[in-house]
Amino acid sequence: MNVLTDNFSTYGKGFLGTVELTVYASLLALVLGFVMASFRVAPVGSFRVFGTVWVTVLRNTPLTLLFFAVLLGLPRFGLVLPFKVFAILALGCYTSAFICEALRSGINTVPKGQGEAARSLGMSFGQTLNNVVLPQAFRSVIPPVGSNLIALAKNSAIAGAFSVTELLGTYKTLNELGYSIIWTFVWIALGYLIITLTISAVFNFMEKRWGVAR
Amino acid sequence: MAVDPLIELRDVNKYYGELHVLQDINLTVGRGEVVVVIGPSGSGKSTLCRTINRLETIQSGHITLDGQPLPAEGKELARLRAEVGMVFQSFNLFAHKTVRQNVSLAQIKVRGRKKDEADKRSGELLERVGLGAHAEKYPAQLSGGQQQRVAIARALAMDPKVMLFDEPTSALDPEMINEVLEVMQQLARDGMTMVVVTHEMGFARSAANRVVFMADGKVVEDRTPEDFFTNPESERAKDFLSKILKH
Repeated sequence: MNVLTDNFSTYGKGFLGTVELTVYASLLALVLGFVMASFRVAPVGSFRVFGTVWVTVLRNTPLTLLFFAVLLGLPRFGLVLPFKVFAILALGCYTSAFICEALRSGINTVPKGQGEAARSLGMSFGQTLNNVVLPQAFRSVIPPVGSNLIALAKNSAIAGAFSVTELLGTYKTLNELGYSIIWTFVWIALGYLIITLTISAVFNFMEKRWGVAR
Repeated sequence: MAVDPLIELRDVNKYYGELHVLQDINLTVGRGEVVVVIGPSGSGKSTLCRTINRLETIQSGHITLDGQPLPAEGKELARLRAEVGMVFQSFNLFAHKTVRQNVSLAQIKVRGRKKDEADKRSGELLERVGLGAHAEKYPAQLSGGQQQRVAIARALAMDPKVMLFDEPTSALDPEMINEVLEVMQQLARDGMTMVVVTHEMGFARSAANRVVFMADGKVVEDRTPEDFFTNPESERAKDFLSKILKH
């Protein structure tokens, strides 16, 4: 039981590490997912191809493999960054593929006539997407995007295997100190719960505020 | 007859796969003219209407608008579309925006008007279609007829050279059809160039300068409403009229 009180700073560091990974990777995933979703519905063929390749490659690669590729592969090409940044890149790009598909399914829920009306008024593809289609798509993608970000928070545990400070990795330190493995993990699990339930709460609020009215 | 052609279609062909939906269409619409396109379902009349602002692409032929050929994609096309108002069967009002925002949005984004300037113009147009009191409502709070009148105001807000109507009353309850037709009659009287795809024969008789009858992807007749309704030439048109005018 006293594993938490004795090692509060270790837990705290791990917790903050996971929060940091989650927040930055989420931002990256949302931005990239948005860009890729725009690419996938763009009128220009090469953009659509790029978006499709992006999603196909990242969505179908095991995340651990992606971590290896980014953390061990990129330095070989002369790109040397802190492991934490690499971890954010890997997590963010990976999740962006899922966000992209969630956004795209949202775009598909908006009746075709909405886009046609906007285009018939002389609005460009970008204006149509940003002013007419995405604001309506946004309402229906709140739940799946929330799920993807929760998955991201939990996936960030893989970064621990690459010596990035995060919550799950704290068990190694504590285990060496001889603490009960059960209680160690109970407190770790609680840490994850705090993060994921916070994300849930934020998305529940957003859904109430902006979700599709029934 | 058209001295000053605004829209010209020359030998326009369009296919959906095997289906030849538009076959060698030739059509000229003069400035200020009201052309009503009628015909049975699947005759290609909606498709014809949608090719004029390139919501549908064509495989061969030429379409010119005010002397300019239709641009392919991109900014040029967007600029042209701003000159061509379009009213849809299913209204297509932006569901997440109020009536006023619906009318103002493209004025601001495309015409570059200031927000209050655009809102003022929107207010005037909404008054004109009899919906001044509903400016702050959302489309879902309006009846079909009201939504369609907002859609007309939204198209007019761009100060278009021509208005296209793609079956504007086909999705409406019978008692709401008139309120929309009255707005269209008024537009016609004001000298707007209009291409109207419709099943409203009353409107065709009273407001049209010309009636274009389409069947199976072809223009079968292109005449004044008087001539067409009293003395149709083709068997296809006689058959069509006998079916719809009985009731």
